[in-house]
Amino acid sequence: MSQYVMQLFGIFSIFVILLMITGIYCMLASFNLIRVIIGFEILVKAATLLIILAGYVCGRVALAQSIVITLIVIEIVVMVVAGGVALWAFRHNKNIDPRNLGNLKG
Amino acid sequence: MVKMVINLILLFSLILVALWTVMTVRLIRSIVGLALTSAILSVIMYRLHSPLAAVFELSVCSGLISVIFITTVSFTQRISKEGLDIRRKERFVRFWYLPFILIIAGLLLSRYLLVPQFTFNALEPAKELDVRNVLWNARHLDLLGQAVMLLAGALGVVVLFKESKK
Repeated sequence: MSQYVMQLFGIFSIFVILLMITGIYCMLASFNLIRVIIGFEILVKAATLLIILAGYVCGRVALAQSIVITLIVIEIVVMVVAGGVALWAFRHNKNIDPRNLGNLKG
Repeated sequence: MVKMVINLILLFSLILVALWTVMTVRLIRSIVGLALTSAILSVIMYRLHSPLAAVFELSVCSGLISVIFITTVSFTQRISKEGLDIRRKERFVRFWYLPFILIIAGLLLSRYLLVPQFTFNALEPAKELDVRNVLWNARHLDLLGQAVMLLAGALGVVVLFKESKK
């Protein structure tokens, strides 16, 4: 494996980890359901970049692309349902603070 | 060398836009930042020889998800000017650590990952297949999973927005 590809892998890995830290921090430090979803989105973007990078480094770009397409479809479904949950929480609590979700029945 | 510089510029802009997305006070700006993050990511994907995934990322994640988020935000209540000032102070207290955490983590990681001490000897470059071949022949069960996920999502939205009979 060429030195260039290894160096590329190293540099991209650093930024993938930084993107993951940003997403996780946003999810943990936000008191707004939509911001929590945005943090999750950033985390998924880091995972997407890592999959594409792994495909590029290993020479399996087609496989990585097909996995990323599957990931994007699932991501959309998760976003739509999470947005629905946020709206539903707003209807019931008049705010989208995740700390107020504890007063639900069940 | 030029390729690496362009990659570095793209990666730095990706992190900066993601940071702005997380730290900005207004939700709409945050959503625009997320769309920008997706757009930059799709350029990076294109540069990593993944054009089909890049197109998906640009159209779906940068376009459709932004529309979904803006629709969701438009259904919620608008915050007052006083509330915005209070929220700005609260967010500053909670988020001012993040840039420093990222800088320190970046410096620490660059010590170990800038020149990786490992190789992928076991993974030789495979015979490259067309992405359509992989998607329709090798990974066709994934397509079934995607269809099930889409149905589950539609069902979830229907259940969430079902009007009560009262």
